[in-house]
Amino acid sequence: MNASIFPASLLTIVPALHFEQVSFEHRDHRLLAPTTLTLSGCQRTLIMGPNGAGKSLLMRLAHGLLSPSSGNIHWQGKPPAQAMVFQRPVLLRRSAIDNLTYALAVSGVPRRQRKNIALQALEKFGLVALAKRPARVLSGGEQQRLALARAWLLNPAVLFLDEPTAALDPAAIKAVEDAVNEFHHNGTRIIMTTHDLHQAHRLADEVVFMYGGQVLEHTPAHRFFDTPASTQAGAFLRGELVW
Amino acid sequence: MKKTTTLASAGFLTSGLVGLLWSASLLARDDFITLASTTSTENSGLFNAIIATFTDATGINVRVVAVGTGQAFEIARRGDADSLLVHDTAGEVQFIADGYASERLDVMYNDFVIVGPSDDPADVSSSDNVADALVRIAESESPFASRGDDSGTNRAELRLWKDAGITPQGAWYRELGSGMGPTLNTAAGMNAYSFTDRATWVAFQNPQDLVLLFEGDDALFNQYASVLLSEQQHPHLKHALAAQWHQWLVSEKGQQAIADFNVNGQPLFFPNAQSLSNTQ
Amino acid sequence: MTASDNPFYTALTLILGMDSALIAIVMLSLKVSLIAVLTASLLALPLGAALALWRFPGRNALIVLLNALMGLPPVVAGLCVYLLLSRAGPLGQFGLLFTPTAMVIAQTILVFPIIAALTRQQVETLHNEYAEQLRSLGLNQLRMMPTLLWDARFGLLTVILAGFGRASAEVGAVMIVGGNIDGVTRVMTTSIVLETSKGNLPLALGLGIVLLSLVTLINALAHMVSETAKRRLG
Repeated sequence: MNASIFPASLLTIVPALHFEQVSFEHRDHRLLAPTTLTLSGCQRTLIMGPNGAGKSLLMRLAHGLLSPSSGNIHWQGKPPAQAMVFQRPVLLRRSAIDNLTYALAVSGVPRRQRKNIALQALEKFGLVALAKRPARVLSGGEQQRLALARAWLLNPAVLFLDEPTAALDPAAIKAVEDAVNEFHHNGTRIIMTTHDLHQAHRLADEVVFMYGGQVLEHTPAHRFFDTPASTQAGAFLRGELVW
Repeated sequence: MKKTTTLASAGFLTSGLVGLLWSASLLARDDFITLASTTSTENSGLFNAIIATFTDATGINVRVVAVGTGQAFEIARRGDADSLLVHDTAGEVQFIADGYASERLDVMYNDFVIVGPSDDPADVSSSDNVADALVRIAESESPFASRGDDSGTNRAELRLWKDAGITPQGAWYRELGSGMGPTLNTAAGMNAYSFTDRATWVAFQNPQDLVLLFEGDDALFNQYASVLLSEQQHPHLKHALAAQWHQWLVSEKGQQAIADFNVNGQPLFFPNAQSLSNTQ
Repeated sequence: MTASDNPFYTALTLILGMDSALIAIVMLSLKVSLIAVLTASLLALPLGAALALWRFPGRNALIVLLNALMGLPPVVAGLCVYLLLSRAGPLGQFGLLFTPTAMVIAQTILVFPIIAALTRQQVETLHNEYAEQLRSLGLNQLRMMPTLLWDARFGLLTVILAGFGRASAEVGAVMIVGGNIDGVTRVMTTSIVLETSKGNLPLALGLGIVLLSLVTLINALAHMVSETAKRRLG
């Protein structure tokens, strides 16, 4: 891939994100037990755990798509630019390039600059030939690359990814992982959920392990994989838990 | 590009809207009056024939809103028509007494007739008079389709039942709550007797098995009158133009135009302004 | 049955004859219904989208009311507009009764609930799909509205056509507020009523066939435009 189009701005330090006694309830069901957690640095944080553990919930709370039932989530200082890539990419009913210029318009980029920036992003993600195609007839892998290109345009200090490769074939998974590393090299903090252990091995700098609506571990990746502290994580790593 | 097209089409449509309102206001500046009248006069084609003559002579157009007599009175009472032409003498006199109109002038007459199935099960065609005809229908309980809509024709029909000493009720007597044309359509559909003004009947094109069975009794006389509305009650109306129309109807030219109107050679309305203009 | 008794023959004669009175009636019908649908859309699309996006007390009651008003009898709408525009009514001084403008107002009232209620449904479905992404991009509800309306455009075209169908088919409202005045407020549907009451059933049905053909033509055009655009834009 080419060099970043936003090298300078991404060298700034990404502020830390604090969870203080954050819990979340929905219709009298506690989905997240009171959680205190700090995410900082330009690391690749992988949130792991079986289905229903609360991974996506934790990420949506962090990104601000959901508000906690109690407790407090705050950034150290001004909230940084953020973007999120979903498991099933949400693309507007427009052409691929229009999806990108739309995101640029929303973030206030002047009209005459949008097309050039969008074309650079398409080129970076290998989508130039598909620029005029309706976004929603692209293949799953192409759609996810377009979603990543859209996130790229927003120049995020923090990028959230929710199971971004769950529905993709190996080649497409490789493209997404390359993109994640590219973001990371440019100084973006990565917060990503996955239940693919191999993927976690390839990408994680640190791991947040969740089980039954609780954060059980928050440790550097090598320690998590070598000597998990909780019995649940141990079972998870041995493939004993159904997810 | 796309936005420009959208904007352009929105602008085009908006200008269309403005255009329509503008043309409507242009029309409103023309000389015209709104006439509330009955369906019998409109449906027979009388107005098509005589209004052109009036417009040629005066430059005033007449916009006819053709409704039942009851609704025509209501439109005039609310001040939504400049002039009124109906056929319910008692109602017209009451309208003047109530202060909504200043005068009525007899313009023309025609007559009511009784129509029914061609095999005539009640033997209405050999009746001596209209009361006899109604008695025959009631006693044989032959199906009868009544307007049932408080129109001038309906009021005349109910008066005749009353004069014949009959309270029409039972399964054979159907109150339709419809105009004259729809009532005739229904009567034709169920092969029933019905009471209609001659003009609507002659111009009616869907008689199926219905034929004219009884006519000619003096009690079937049907007088049409032009009513001049009150200037005090509704000062905003076009009284001067309406008065021209009112006077033209009873003038020699107007009366001649009415006499000249016919359907298939058969005259449907008979001008009688001179002879009856002071019966009010 | 002679040829002139055949409504299809009558319809064909009417269309091929290009009778100027008929053309005027057709043009007025289209003008009144299209302007009513346009006006109703300008009001109902934003309202329907707002109902889909915002939660507020009374929202459910409003949705139920709009859904119920989709079944508003045209004659009732006509009566209400008649009472409003009548000289004795609150808007009487404008002298709009028995004009095409009055017919546009009545049809706008008939069409508005249909477009608003169906727009609410369409936009709400799309919002369920888009909400997280759009909020992730930093949009609030107000800024989501144009995006959702634009992206729902093909569904909304069908909604607007449903409104047009209602407007062009109704007779109860335009009869009361227009008065079916020859050359001024006579439209296709009121002509059909008039010819039916004259017992001229073949002509009435012939006019009905002409009306149906026109509505079909407009729907076919809209369908074609929408399908072409859908293929190009996805």
